[in-house]
Amino acid sequence: MVRTCKPWAGFLALLLALPCNAGADAGPLLARIKAVGKEGAGNAAAAKAWKELTAQGPAVLPAVLAALDDAGPVAANYLRAAVEVITDRALAAGKPLPREQLEAFVGDTRHAGAGRRLAYDCLVRIDPKTPDRLLPGMLDDPGAELRRDAVAVVLAKAKALSDGKDTAAATAVYRKALQHARDRDQVQLIAKQLKALGAEVDLTKHFGYVTHWLVAGPFDNSGGAGFHNAYPPEKGVGPTAVYRGKDGKEVRWKELVATKPLGEVDFNAIFGELKGVTAYAFAAIESPAERPVELRATSNDAVRIYLNGKEVFAREEYHHGTRMDQHVGRGVLKAGRNEILVKVCQNEQTEEWTRQWHFQLRVCDALGGAVPLTVVTQGKKDTSPKR
Amino acid sequence: MTHQRAFSLVILFVSLVSFSVRAADWPQWRGPGGSGVAHEKGLPVTWSATENVRWKAALPGRGLSAPVIANGRVYVTACSGPDEERLHVLCFDEAGGKKLWERSFRATGTTLCHPKTNMAAPTPCTDGKHVYALFATQDLACLDAAGNLVWYRSLTGDYPTVGNNVGMASSPVLWKDLLLIAVENAGESFGVAIDKKTGKNRWRVARPRGINWVTPAVIEHGGRAEAVFQSGGDVTAYDAATGTSRWTFAGKGISTIPSPVYADGLLLVPGERFLALRPETSGEAPPQVWSSNKLPTGYASPVAYGGRVYTVSAKGVVNCADLATGKPLWSQRLEGAFAASPLAAGGKIYVVNEDGAATVLRAGARAEVLGGGEVGEKILASPVAANGALYLRSDGHLYCIAEKKGR
Repeated sequence: MVRTCKPWAGFLALLLALPCNAGADAGPLLARIKAVGKEGAGNAAAAKAWKELTAQGPAVLPAVLAALDDAGPVAANYLRAAVEVITDRALAAGKPLPREQLEAFVGDTRHAGAGRRLAYDCLVRIDPKTPDRLLPGMLDDPGAELRRDAVAVVLAKAKALSDGKDTAAATAVYRKALQHARDRDQVQLIAKQLKALGAEVDLTKHFGYVTHWLVAGPFDNSGGAGFHNAYPPEKGVGPTAVYRGKDGKEVRWKELVATKPLGEVDFNAIFGELKGVTAYAFAAIESPAERPVELRATSNDAVRIYLNGKEVFAREEYHHGTRMDQHVGRGVLKAGRNEILVKVCQNEQTEEWTRQWHFQLRVCDALGGAVPLTVVTQGKKDTSPKR
Repeated sequence: MTHQRAFSLVILFVSLVSFSVRAADWPQWRGPGGSGVAHEKGLPVTWSATENVRWKAALPGRGLSAPVIANGRVYVTACSGPDEERLHVLCFDEAGGKKLWERSFRATGTTLCHPKTNMAAPTPCTDGKHVYALFATQDLACLDAAGNLVWYRSLTGDYPTVGNNVGMASSPVLWKDLLLIAVENAGESFGVAIDKKTGKNRWRVARPRGINWVTPAVIEHGGRAEAVFQSGGDVTAYDAATGTSRWTFAGKGISTIPSPVYADGLLLVPGERFLALRPETSGEAPPQVWSSNKLPTGYASPVAYGGRVYTVSAKGVVNCADLATGKPLWSQRLEGAFAASPLAAGGKIYVVNEDGAATVLRAGARAEVLGGGEVGEKILASPVAANGALYLRSDGHLYCIAEKKGR
């Protein structure tokens, strides 16, 4: 049988296949996008939803932005692309963006910083004066990216004053910037500028590094086994405990005050330059209230971090470079006493560049600001500067 | 019309529709077949920041990734932000350099790396309809030519120990409907083939744990396609379609930075000694045809062209040897440090040092410098060529270098 197909029939079929979005609810589409899982699970459903969502145009922007509040990292990138595509299409077609809603969204700090930043970027595209209008009020913004840009405005003002040789005014403005800055590069820049102006900044204290510890070691890490072996300190720390360490040698806790920059604990200086070894550092801290925190560490060695006996971070990697805050463990401080245990394993490489056996650790909020706490490692509340 | 002829026409039509990358396009790391060879003539021999610049486009941030070109579009990746956590995919019009779209994602994996590299180190790949952009964070995005997101993967989210503190740089390779990716690092290490349509794994094999920037090579011989992964201690071929291990060549001092190249039946493996292996279909480890200590490679992958192999050391020595025998032919010292891999096209070898100074050498039995150019910017990305133009990528700009007479 020969079948014929009229041209208009195909066109009609195509029209019927197109999504009819007038008044459509973005909620189910956003839910499908947020349901993307590991190893590509949910990709097909998310892609279909993404297509339907972006076809709805600028009206869905507030809903898409709000969806970033609880989206996982992968879903958040689907949503970012949706916002960009909707905005691109609208601007190319000369369609307006919901400017008032976007500005209200930027100002609503109940929403996640990621979505508010995207809304801000949309506003900048339709009004280049948006930064001048909004950033001055964002120095305490809970969104890292908006806050960073607000601080950058203050830094530019401070630099202009400094370039104009108005030292007193520049110092005051830099100090204001320091109060609000959270990103380490901005804080370090401010400290450098203030130092040039004759004002020192204690970065160790500013960043919230823990400097008072009890340290114990060396335990064995031959063949990297120590990273996986839970030695007695991981089962509970008693400051007077005596352990059997590497080669059967007696190990006791020693008090350590880290005096190197940013609270660096250098185990080589304590135990000697050893290889294939493990060391522990213990700190007790008191928090005035229960609060979520980040334990941010720096180390060129394999590291485990425990907060109140629960592992909050682990990374088995040796001598591949350091950067401040390279390791981040997340947990919740209890009101009152909390215990931090850090395990640092040195491997058996012998090259000159594998000597470091060390760590730094600070306790901060999600933006990187030091949280109020008192270090009571030795049971004395005056062992560390109160923040 | 006979059934046979009709069938042939259908096959032809399907072929035309299916293969969207034109012959002169540059679809992936080191171009067609990962060879570093462009079938171009008439590329400029001299240029400057103003001479022979067809167009120049601003980029939002750093990148070691080279552009890929297909169907009139040029795709490139970049990274920006205080921790290079912003990951950009950009698309430009090939003819005039107009930015057609840009997408920005946020890193889902670690952004820590050596200062020399950055998060936009892997080169994307394209089949002409889609671009597949992998970042050092192991974020992998599939976008269509109009900039619509098709799917997104976080390999670090899927396998949480993936990553290293030096930075990852291996590029995805497109073979048929699979993206072949080497994820060899300080954590869980593997080779994976991802379905380009769905973003799901088709096969995944364990690989040696360790820092590795090598991009896989695909070799097709004896009716088989093999995905070749290279680490410091092995070169292993897997059936490209299934991931079944075919053969392993075990060795020491094999490079973990430059990638292997397949040419004239030889697999060229950089390392402490440069090896030429002849893969066979027997499943046995390939015999070593020759090895050489006169072909040092630092960061740059070799290029085989016109019966010769060319390498560039990190300190700027270009070496040439006979491809069949490994016999050294010549050596030419150039100024500067080199990270970019060489490009062969139109009887010439293009090399670019880290200061952005390029040298054009004649491809042949004697060392001969023909020209060069400088755009005044640092360049670590490898030069590429497509459709009559040379492309250079700095941290700030993408340059399309072409003779003014046009295409």
